Amino acid sequence: MLNEIQKRILEQVADMAKIPEGAVNIRSDGQKEYRHNTKNIQITSKTDKEGIDIHIAPFTKDEEVHIPVIVTQSGFHDLVYNDFFIGEGAQVNIVAGCGISNCGDCDSEHDGIHTFHVGKNAKVTYTEKHYGEGTGTGKRILNPQTILYLEEGASVTLETVQIKGVDDTKRYTKAEIGKDAEITIQEKLLTHGDQHAVSEMDVFLNGENAKTRVISRSVAQDTSSQIFYPRVEGNCACFGHVQCDAIIMGNAKVRAIPEITCNHVDASLIHEAAIGRIAGEQITKLMTLGLTAEEAEEEILKGFLR
Amino acid sequence: MLELRNISVTVPAENGDADILKNISLTLEDKKFVVVTGPNGGGKTTLAKVIMGLLTPSAGQIFYNGQDITALSIAQRAKLGISYGFQQPPRFKGMKVSDLLRIAAGRFLTHEEACSYLTKVGLCARDYLDRDVDTSLSGGEVKRIEIATVLAKNADLMIYDEPEAGIDLWSFARLTETFQELHDQQQKTILIISHQERIIRLADEIILVANGQVQERGPVEKIYPMILNDTVAGCNRLEVEGKC
Ligand SMILES: Nc1ncnc2c1ncn2[C@@H]1O[C@H](COP(=O)(O)OP(=O)(O)OP(=O)(O)O)[C@@H](O)[C@H]1O
Ligand SMILES: [Mg+2]
Repeated sequence: MLNEIQKRILEQVADMAKIPEGAVNIRSDGQKEYRHNTKNIQITSKTDKEGIDIHIAPFTKDEEVHIPVIVTQSGFHDLVYNDFFIGEGAQVNIVAGCGISNCGDCDSEHDGIHTFHVGKNAKVTYTEKHYGEGTGTGKRILNPQTILYLEEGASVTLETVQIKGVDDTKRYTKAEIGKDAEITIQEKLLTHGDQHAVSEMDVFLNGENAKTRVISRSVAQDTSSQIFYPRVEGNCACFGHVQCDAIIMGNAKVRAIPEITCNHVDASLIHEAAIGRIAGEQITKLMTLGLTAEEAEEEILKGFLR
Repeated sequence: MLELRNISVTVPAENGDADILKNISLTLEDKKFVVVTGPNGGGKTTLAKVIMGLLTPSAGQIFYNGQDITALSIAQRAKLGISYGFQQPPRFKGMKVSDLLRIAAGRFLTHEEACSYLTKVGLCARDYLDRDVDTSLSGGEVKRIEIATVLAKNADLMIYDEPEAGIDLWSFARLTETFQELHDQQQKTILIISHQERIIRLADEIILVANGQVQERGPVEKIYPMILNDTVAGCNRLEVEGKC
């Protein structure tokens, strides 16, 4: 059913060498390639626009949802809306990923808009991996949006990873956090060549005792550039911590513009941003353990983006 | 055998150049356990860095097992069997204790092997192997992990720079046992920079470095009493003149 290119991309973005367990929806060049529902997880195609609705029944325990997207046609522009409705007390692990293989000369683009309605006390981990490959001169462009609404006591871990091959990316993440709910956002990004990446984020802590932790780690190599705008707003007694760390190499450029807004006397928000080259001491330390300078650099980056 | 010939290190300072190491010549026999001690700022760390290749001397040569290594890189010296535990080890965001031990050993370590190195420095392996070597570790923890990596590297020449610094009494006792073992096994050449009597007492030989020079060198029984009597390295001049 799947061809070699599709399989290889799936391995990259979804760690899947074959069709995984759980609910699955594979989209390839704008078409539904494969779908599998479970008793608790129902995936249906939207009728008014491109995309799917994913309904997860209340109190579903430890199930997985995989919704990878593949783009292999040069010049293909894909715009898709995926809406998740996660019932009260459900515990799910959602893996989305997008891989573009562009061997042609036209730009290929996938814009995924993911909206999450996370019910009371539900616990969700959401992983999104981006990968690009191909020998053509056409650009590989990904512009994902992730919108999350967390009800009371809900807990979400959002992990986004983009390590290779995406030429241009503009990511937007928005989260509204209710009472006693919490979200951890982990972003890992590596750009090289002349790639360009922008990540913008708005987290609203609206319910009492809402919490967020934003951890952004990025590496900019060659002449690539990155811009981060993490913004957190505290509207009640809440806690937020934003940490942006970037390693800059070659002639790359990185801008980080964190913004924290406290609209309540009991809102406690912290941001830290650090951009710099790899500390020379770290490299020399690893060299004393027998690595060459290049090997040392590789180990440091691997750990940093783990 | 390690041999330093007329090593000098000069750095630019406010009023002209400062000589941190002044024409040091020194040999270190294989499988000896030697402690370098001396006042703060005397040049001990500088000496260690010159041996490891972290600093290039302004003059002089270094020979290791007969080979001139003065122009070799840090990594090349490491491959020849020289290792150095930093006085102030760097921290790494995202790198785990187990990663550092693996890199040091140059191969994947079994859980038991990795644990054994941590145990030797008094760390409870279960709690630490998966920890990041970042600012979340305390000073004493990072220091002990640094020593564990040098143990894992298991080089022929191990240089430890104030391994006792910042380490609590209980761990220090464990650490002294580890050094005692290294001493008794007599398989490696050990050069420890230390201010601690318990480590100094383990030494086959003490080298006293002050003012960028080797001031004295000899067995513990001879050198240690001299230090206690403050006959060689003290800075009594400051008190005499009442100014600095
Ligand atoms: N890069 C440098 N530039 C200027 N001065 C330096 C530099 N590195 C070291 N020094 C000076 O050289 C002297 C020797 O330093 P070194 O670190 O070798 O001392 P040490 O004997 O290891 O001291 P301690 O016992 O405090 O660790 C000190 O006075 C120090 O301030
Ligand atoms: Mg020192």
